[in-house]
Amino acid sequence: MLSDQDRIFTNLYGIHDVGLEGARKRGDWDGTAGILARGREAIIEEMKASGLRGRGGAGFPTGLKWSFMPKEVGVRPHYLVVNADESEPGSCKDRDILRHDPHKLVEGCLIASFAMNAHACYIYVRGEYYNEAVALQKAVDQAYAAGLIGKNASGSGYDFDLYVHRGAGAYICGEETALLESLEGKKGMPRLKPPFPAAMGLYGCPTTVNNVESIAVAPTILRRGAAWFSALGRPKNAGTKLFSISGHVNKPCNVEEELGIPLRELIDTYCGGVRGGWDNLLAVIPGGSSVPMIPKSICDTVLMDFDSLREVKSSLGTAAVIVMDKSTDPIKAIARLSKFYKHESCGQCTPCREGTGWMMRVMDRMVQGRAEVAEIDVLEQVTRQIEGHTICALGDAAAWPIQGLIRHFRPLMEERIAAYKASKTTAMAAE
Amino acid sequence: MSAAPSDRVEPTSFAFDDHSHAAIDVAIAKYPPGKQASAVLPLLDIAQRQMGRTTGSAWIPTVAMDAVAQALSMPPIRVYEIATFYLMFNTKPIGRYHLQVCGTTPCWLRGSDEVARACRDVGGMKGYGESSADGLFTMSEVECLGGCVNAPILQVDDDYYEDMDYERTKALLESLKRGEKPARGSTIGRIGSAPTGGPVTLTSDPIRVPSASNVEPEKAE
Amino acid sequence: MAKVTVDGIEVEVPNGSNVLQACEAAGKEIPRFCYHERLSVAGNCRMCLVEIEKAPPKPFASCAYPVADGMVVHTDTPMVRAARRGVMEFLLINHPLDCPICDQGGECDLQDQAVGYGGDHSRYHESKRAVVNPDLGPLVKTIMTRCIHCTRCIRFSTEIAGVSEMGATSRGESMAVGTYVEKALSSELSGNLIDICPVGALTSKPYAFVARPWELKKTDSVDVLDAVGSAIRVDTRGAEVLRILPRINEDVNEEWLADKSRFALDGLKRRRLDTPWIKRDGRLVRASWPEAFAAIEDRLRGVSGERIGAVAGDLCDAESMVALKDVMASLGSTNLDCRQDGAAIDASRREFYLFNTSIAGIEEADALLIVGANPRTEAPLINARIRKRVLMGNFPVALVGAAADLTYDYAHLGTQPGDLGSLIEGSHAFAKALETAKKPMIIVGQGALTRADGAAILAECWKLAAQANMLTPDWHGFNVLHTAAARVGALDLGFATGKTLAHMARGGVDVLWLLGADEFDAAQIPPSTFVVYQGHHGDRGAARADVILPGAAYTEKDGTYVSTEGRVQRGAMALFPPGEAKEDWKILRAFSAMIGKPLPYDTLDAVRARLAAVNPVFSVIDALPRFGAGETSGPAVGGDIGSAPFAPVVANYYMTDPISRASATMAACTAAHAPITSIAAE
Repeated sequence: MLSDQDRIFTNLYGIHDVGLEGARKRGDWDGTAGILARGREAIIEEMKASGLRGRGGAGFPTGLKWSFMPKEVGVRPHYLVVNADESEPGSCKDRDILRHDPHKLVEGCLIASFAMNAHACYIYVRGEYYNEAVALQKAVDQAYAAGLIGKNASGSGYDFDLYVHRGAGAYICGEETALLESLEGKKGMPRLKPPFPAAMGLYGCPTTVNNVESIAVAPTILRRGAAWFSALGRPKNAGTKLFSISGHVNKPCNVEEELGIPLRELIDTYCGGVRGGWDNLLAVIPGGSSVPMIPKSICDTVLMDFDSLREVKSSLGTAAVIVMDKSTDPIKAIARLSKFYKHESCGQCTPCREGTGWMMRVMDRMVQGRAEVAEIDVLEQVTRQIEGHTICALGDAAAWPIQGLIRHFRPLMEERIAAYKASKTTAMAAE
Repeated sequence: MSAAPSDRVEPTSFAFDDHSHAAIDVAIAKYPPGKQASAVLPLLDIAQRQMGRTTGSAWIPTVAMDAVAQALSMPPIRVYEIATFYLMFNTKPIGRYHLQVCGTTPCWLRGSDEVARACRDVGGMKGYGESSADGLFTMSEVECLGGCVNAPILQVDDDYYEDMDYERTKALLESLKRGEKPARGSTIGRIGSAPTGGPVTLTSDPIRVPSASNVEPEKAE
Repeated sequence: MAKVTVDGIEVEVPNGSNVLQACEAAGKEIPRFCYHERLSVAGNCRMCLVEIEKAPPKPFASCAYPVADGMVVHTDTPMVRAARRGVMEFLLINHPLDCPICDQGGECDLQDQAVGYGGDHSRYHESKRAVVNPDLGPLVKTIMTRCIHCTRCIRFSTEIAGVSEMGATSRGESMAVGTYVEKALSSELSGNLIDICPVGALTSKPYAFVARPWELKKTDSVDVLDAVGSAIRVDTRGAEVLRILPRINEDVNEEWLADKSRFALDGLKRRRLDTPWIKRDGRLVRASWPEAFAAIEDRLRGVSGERIGAVAGDLCDAESMVALKDVMASLGSTNLDCRQDGAAIDASRREFYLFNTSIAGIEEADALLIVGANPRTEAPLINARIRKRVLMGNFPVALVGAAADLTYDYAHLGTQPGDLGSLIEGSHAFAKALETAKKPMIIVGQGALTRADGAAILAECWKLAAQANMLTPDWHGFNVLHTAAARVGALDLGFATGKTLAHMARGGVDVLWLLGADEFDAAQIPPSTFVVYQGHHGDRGAARADVILPGAAYTEKDGTYVSTEGRVQRGAMALFPPGEAKEDWKILRAFSAMIGKPLPYDTLDAVRARLAAVNPVFSVIDALPRFGAGETSGPAVGGDIGSAPFAPVVANYYMTDPISRASATMAACTAAHAPITSIAAE
C-alpha cells in the first residue's frame, strides 16, 4: 500500500482547506519561482526523466509532449490547454482535483506553461462540473490575488494568465482537437491531423493539451524529483495514479495508488472488495468505458498499468475501474455503452456517425436475444469497419467494448439468442 | 402554479439584461481580441440562465441564439449549430427543475433505473423528455456525469445529488416541490469520493514542506 | 516538389499537395464524397482511404493527408478495398433506396461508387433514418433523408458564396444539414449546391422529375445573362431546354454558375415571338416573312440613311450585329448604338471599356477599388472571384457607391463621385493601401457611367488608376464591369456611331431597327418613327414595334459573344428557334437580299470572316492574352462631375432581360428574395 507520504493529492477527499492557505500547508506553491528558475529545458528534462505518462487515457509521455512545442516563440503565441472535460464513463478523478485540490492544478499550469513558453492557459472544464468550475475559479482568483499567477507570476518575472472555460455537454470535447474547436467557439468536431496542436492548435497557434492530472502532478514531481516519481510503479509505468473504482464493489471510491497495483488488491484494499466476494466477480472494465472488458479470470492476476493491461488486450485508459458482479447482464452493460457512444458521436465521420447507431440497435436486440447468431459476426465486423477508420478515436472507443464483450461473452450472447428463439417457439406452440 | 413547458410559446424577442451583460463582459474578456467567438458557449449559458431567471424555464429560444450571434458577430447559423450540438442547451422549454438522470453504465450498475422510476413517480412523467403537469420538473436522461464512484447521480440544474436510490430521490423531489433545495453532494453522508465509512487513505497529517528552493530533490530510497 | 509512388507509379507533386492529388496525378481514381478541389478539406466521408507505407497500419484519408517526399501509397490493397467497402456500407444503411424516383439518378456519386464498393445486399435490419426537408426557396429542392453529411453544401455557402446560412445542427446520427430557421437561401450562387451535392439531397426544384440525364442532348455554350461569359452546357430534349449547367472554365467561372444563368431557362419557352407580326390599324397581326420584309421595305423607300438607325440589345450575338451594321451601311446609315443604358463609353481604345485585369487576374491583384458597381448583382461570378481573392488575404477592398452586402468586407468610402477625391488627394487610409499595392485594380461599374457625368467619371477613374500605379507595362488594373453580354462585342464592331439612342428614340430617325433592344423606354419613341423589332421575346421592344421579326434566343443559334474582359467566345445552337423564328444574322441576310443589297456572306464561316475583318479581335477565340497598359493617357474628358450618389444598376438580380423577365422561376425568386432586391435597391 502506497504510504500517504508518497501520495500527491493529499486533499483528494476535500477534508482539508481547499483554499490557498490550506494548499500552501500541503506544500503547494512552495518555491515555485525556484522551479521556474531551473529553466525550461531542465523542467522538461525532469518531466521526461520522471517517466510520467499522460493521465488522460492515451498514456503518451508528458515530458516528451512538452518538448514538441517550438523552442522559441515566433509570431504566434503559445498556449497550454488543460483538458478538464472529464466525461469517460467510470472516470471521476479530475473532478476531485478541480474541487478539492485545485491549487495543484493552478500551479501546474504555471509551471507547464512556463516550460512551453505559453503566457496563457485555458482550463476547459466540462459544463456539468458547474460547482467544480466555481471551486477552480476561486483558486485561480486566489492565485491571482496572491501574485502567484498574473504579471510576474510568483515573483519569477514571467507573466502568466489562466482562464477557466466551461464546456456545455459533449463527451467528444475530451478529444484534444475537438476541445480546441470548442474553445474557439465551434462545434466540438475533431480536427484532421496533421497538423498537430503543437504546430497549429488553439487559434492556429502552437498548443499543448494536457489532462488535469498530468498537469496537477507536475509541481510535486518537480519538487520531489523525477527519481522519486519514477521509483514508484513499474518500469515504463511510473508513478502514482488516481483510480476511480465504481460499480459493484462494496465501497466505490477514488484513490491514489501506485501504477502496477494488482487489480484485486486495489478492489479489496480500498473498496471493501467485490459485492458478494471476489468469486462473485463477473468482469471489469479497467480503464473507462472505452476499453475492452476483462473477465474475472484475467482480473485475478492483472496489474493496473499501461503495459499490463495492453497485454490482456485492454487498456489502462483513465484508470476508471468499472466492476460488474455476477448479477450483471454484461450484454446490457455494454449495450448501454453503445447507447452512450451513439449519443456522443459528433457525426462528422461516416463510420462513427452511422456505425454507432447501427451497433446500438443491434446491441439492444442482443440484450433481448432478438437476433441471429450470425449477427454476432456481423456486429463484430461492424466494429472492425469503424475501428481505425475515423478522424478521432471515438469510433475506436465505441468499437472496443463490443469487441471485448464478444471476445469474452460470446457463449452468453448465443445462449440469449437461443433462449429468445425458444420462448418464441413455445409462445407459438401455445397459441 | 406555472404552465407545462410545452404550453410556453416561443418569445418574439430577447435582450440580455444587466445581470447578463455583466457576465458577458467577463466572458468575452477571457479571449484574445477578435476571438470573441470563443465566448459562444458562455453566452449561450448566460442566455439560458437569464431565461431561467426571468421565465422559470431555462432554455434558449431562437431569438436568444440570434442575440448571442449578434453579440459575438457570428452568423446565426453557427450559433444554431452550437446550441443544438451541446446538449446542456435546451432548445425547447423545460420545467423549473431539470432532473438529469445519469443512465450510463456505472450509474446503471448502481441503480439509476430506480432513480428514474422515482422521478416518474413523483413528477408524473411517463419518461425522459417529459415534464410534470405543473411545469415544475422536466426529466432527461443524460450521459455519464463524471461522478461514477458516487453513482447513481441525479443532477438537478447545476447540482449533483449522489449515492441516490428510489427513496432518497423521492425525498429530494418532494423537498423541491416544497420549495426547499437540499444540499448537493452525497445523500448518504459520504465525504466526497472517499469510500463509505470514511477514508482509508490520507488519514495522516497532510502538512509537509519540502521546499524546492532550498532542498535538492529527494532521492528515492 | 515531392516524389510519391502510387501503386508503383512515380509522380512528382508540389509540396503541400495531399495524397489524393498525388494519386490523381498518377492516374489513380480515388472515390470521394466530401472532398472537393475548390472547398476546404473536411476529411469526413472516409471514402478516399488509401494505404501508406511506413505509416501506422491503418488506412488514411488521402484527401487530408499531406504528401511527403519518398512516400509510397497503395490505392488498391485488400485493406483499402475492405475499408472503402465498409464506409460505403455505412453510407448506405441510412440512405433511402429511392434511386428510381431520385433526380440525381444517373449522375449520382453514391450510385456510381456503390457499383464499385457496395455490397449486393444490406446487412442493416434496423429502422432507417428519416429527415424533415427544409424549404430552401424556389431553386433548391431538399430530400434530406438522402443526405450523407459530406458538408460540401455548408462549405460552399460559407466559403464560396459567402453567405453563412447552411449548417449542420444537432449531432451524431441526428445531425441535420439545413438552415435551422427555415428560409430561402439568399445567395445568387445557390444553384451550385445542386452540382456539388454528391447525392440527391439537394436537387433542382424547377427540374424535379423532368428528365433523366441519359435522355438529354448536351450542347456546350456560353451564358449571356450577364457579361461574365460563363461556360455552360445546355441540356435539351426535343425542342425544349430542360437544364443549364456550368462547364469548367478556370479563367472565367471556374465551375460555378450564377442562379439567373442557370434557372431562367423556363423564360425561353414563354412570351416567345414565333412568327412575324405587322402592325395594321394600330394592332399587331400575324404575317409571313415576305409580308413583314415587304412592310419594312415599303417604309424604307425614300428615307435617307441619315433618318435610319439601329440599336443592338444586350443579348445580341456579334454575327447578327455585324450583319445589321452592314445592312445599315447599305442603307446609308451609320446611326448605330448599343448603349441602351446611355453609358458613357470611350470606344477609342479597347482598354477604356474592358475588364482589363481579367477575371482570373483578380487573384493576382493586391488592392481593389470599386466605383459605382455592385459586382454581386451585376456579375455574381466576378464577385465570387473577388471574394476568393479576399479570402486569400492581404486584399484591401474599398467601395465608392451604394452600400451593399458584397459577401466580403470593404471600406465604404462614400456614395458619390466626389468621394473619390479623398483617394486622389491621398488623404484616405485606403489611399495608403493603394500606394503600397503592387498590383492594384479598379472596377468601374455601369452605375458610374450611365449618368450625365459618366464620361468625366470614367476619365477621373482612369486618372486615378494611372496615379495609383494600376497602369504599368505588365499590369493593367483598370476595369469596366459590363452587365450586357453583347456590349463589348458591339463596341468592338463599332456599333456606337452616329446618332445616339436617346436622339434616335426621340424622333431623330424615321426608321429604327431594334435588334433585341428591350432595356430602354421604347414607349417614348414618337408614333412617326417606324420601329422594326427583331428578337425573341415579346418584351418592351416588341410592344412598340410596327414590324416584328422573330429571332433566336442564345440557345438557338451559333453566336459569338465578347465578355466584359474582352474574351471572344462562341455559343452553340442547342435547338432550333421556335415556329417561324430564325437565326438573326440569317434574317438580316435574307432581308438584304430582299431589298436588293445582299450582304456579301451567306454562311456562318463567311459571317465570322467578316467579323474578323471588321475587328481582328474576333479571330482569337476563347483565349485572352494578358497585357499591361501601354499608353497611360486617358479617355476624353467630358464636363464636370456631379454630386449625385451612384445608383444601383441592377434593381432586381433575378429579372434583367427578356428571358429572365419571362421566367416563372425568376419571378418566384423575386418574390422569395425581397431582401436581396431591397438591398440592391438601397
